[in-house]
Amino acid sequence: MSELRIAVPRGALFTDTLALLDRLGLDTREVRDNDRKLLFEGSGIITMRPSDVPTYVEAGAADLGITGKDVLMEQSEREVYELVDLGYGRCRMVLATVAGEDRAAEALRRLGVVRIATKYPRIAARHFLETGRQAEIVEVKGSVELAPLTGLVEAIVDLTATGTTLRENGLVIREEIAVCTARLIANPVAHKLRAATIDRLLERIHAV
Amino acid sequence: VSANRAAQRSSAIHRIPSGTRDVLPDEMRELRAMTDRIRSVFDGAGYGEVYTPALEYEQTFQRVDIVGAQPAYRVFDEHGSVLVLRPDMTVPIARLVATRYTHAEPPLRFSYVAHAYRGVRPQRGQSRELLQAGVELIGSPGAPGTAEVLGVLCAALDAAGLQNYRVGLGDASLYPSLLEAMDVAVDRRELILAELAAGNFVGVDREIHALDLPPADSELLLRLARTRGGPDVLEGLEGALHDALGGMREVHRRVPPQVAERIIFDLGLVRSIGYYTGAVFQVYDPAYGVPIGSGGRYDELLGAFGRPLPAVGFALNVERLHIALTGEERLGR
Repeated sequence: MSELRIAVPRGALFTDTLALLDRLGLDTREVRDNDRKLLFEGSGIITMRPSDVPTYVEAGAADLGITGKDVLMEQSEREVYELVDLGYGRCRMVLATVAGEDRAAEALRRLGVVRIATKYPRIAARHFLETGRQAEIVEVKGSVELAPLTGLVEAIVDLTATGTTLRENGLVIREEIAVCTARLIANPVAHKLRAATIDRLLERIHAV
Repeated sequence: VSANRAAQRSSAIHRIPSGTRDVLPDEMRELRAMTDRIRSVFDGAGYGEVYTPALEYEQTFQRVDIVGAQPAYRVFDEHGSVLVLRPDMTVPIARLVATRYTHAEPPLRFSYVAHAYRGVRPQRGQSRELLQAGVELIGSPGAPGTAEVLGVLCAALDAAGLQNYRVGLGDASLYPSLLEAMDVAVDRRELILAELAAGNFVGVDREIHALDLPPADSELLLRLARTRGGPDVLEGLEGALHDALGGMREVHRRVPPQVAERIIFDLGLVRSIGYYTGAVFQVYDPAYGVPIGSGGRYDELLGAFGRPLPAVGFALNVERLHIALTGEERLGR
C-alpha cells in the first residue's frame, strides 16, 4: 500500500479521510501528530488543500487522491479517474439569497440578469447556463455570505453542510445544485500501471 | 546577481502564444537524436516518411468523425476558402493515400515526424503545436496489421531509449457493442461511454445501475469497465464476449515476446479520437503521469476519401516522450 502515493485533503475532509486510511491499515499517526509537515514518506501520504488534490493527481505527483465532488465539479477538465464515492463529507451545493422576497428572482425578472457571488464560478456559471438564466458571476475568495448582505450581489452559490452559517447570516436556500461527497480519484497512468495494487486497495475500501 | 536580474528584466519582452515554445540548441540536440533513432526504426520497417501541408482545407477534416482531435485554428485564403492547421497526421495521410495512391497495391506503409495543432485549455501547460512521430499501415486488416504496428511502436520506444514503458491495448468496439447487445437505448449508451471516456467510474456505476438490467449483465458491465492487466484478463469469459476478445487474443499470439510483455490488456479502454473502430492503444510510462502516445485501427476512415481500406497507426508525442525519458533517467540515478 505504501508503494502508492496518496494526496490527502486538509480541512473538512481531513479527519474522516485519516479514519478511512486507518481502517485500510495505513499508519497515520505521524500525519495526526504533525500539522506542519506535508510529505510523509513512510505511509506515502501527502497533505494539501482539497482544491490542489486534482492538480497533483492529474500530473502523477500522487497516484491517488481524496477530495470533494465540489472540487471535481469545479475542475471538471482535469484528467483524473473518479474511482469511488466514499460517502463521507456530505455537503450540498446551493443557491441562497437573503430571506424574505427572492431578490435573485426579482433581478432576473426586472433586470434580465442576476449577480452571483461564489467560490465556485464554473459550477455557478454551468448551473445558470443549464437552467436557461443569465447570470453575472462574481468570484470571491472567502466569506461568500457577506456579498448579498452588502448588495454586491443578489445571490450566492456555495457549499453548505448544515446550513448554520447561511441561517446565521439571514440567508435561505432557494435551489439545490448538487450533493457533494468525498471521492477517491486516481492518476490515469497509475490506474493502468499499478492496477493490481489499486484494485486491492479498492477491495479493502468496499470491505470496510 | 540583482544587477543581472535587473538587466534581464529590462530586456524587451516579445511574447509567443501560450502553448507554443522556442526550442534552444541543448534541447533540440536531444530531440533530434531521439527522432533520428525513431526515424531509422520506421524506415527499417518499411514505413517511408511523408510530409503533408500544415494547412489543409477544412472540409478534409469534416469528412470524418474526429471528435477528440478537432481542428482549432482556421484562416481564410485569398479565395475565401477556409483552411485549418492540421490537428493530426492520420487524416492528411488518408487523403494522400486516396489521391496519390489510388491504384497502388496495399498494404501501404507511411511514417511521419511532423507537427500537429490542437486547441488548449488555459493554464494547463498543454501544447498548441505538438511534434508527433508515427506510422500508418494501410490495407492490412485485423490482428496481423495491429500486431505489426505494435511491433514498430515498441521498436521505436526501445530505440528512443525508454525502459519501463507499457502499451495499453483495448478494443473501441467492445463496450459499445456489448451495450448494444444488451439492448441499452442509444442515449443511455452515449452517457455510459462518455463517463467511461472521462474515467468517471462513479458515473459509470450510477448509469449502469439506472438501467435495470439483469444483475449478471450489470455485474459484467461494471467489471469489464475496470478490467485491465495481463493476457489472463482475456480468458474466463463466456459466449459472445469470449468471441469478441478473439481479436485481442490473436494480436497477443502474433506479437513477439518482447512486445507481448509490454502490453496491458484494457477492456475498459475507449476511443480517444472518433475515427477509431477497433483496437486502440495508449503508451504509458511510470516516470510520467500522462500517456505519451496513442493509436488504433481506423477501418472506416479511408472509405470517407473514396479508397475503402482497413488501416491502423499510432502517434507518439515527442515532447512527452522526451519528458518521460528524462524522468526515467532521474529515477534511475
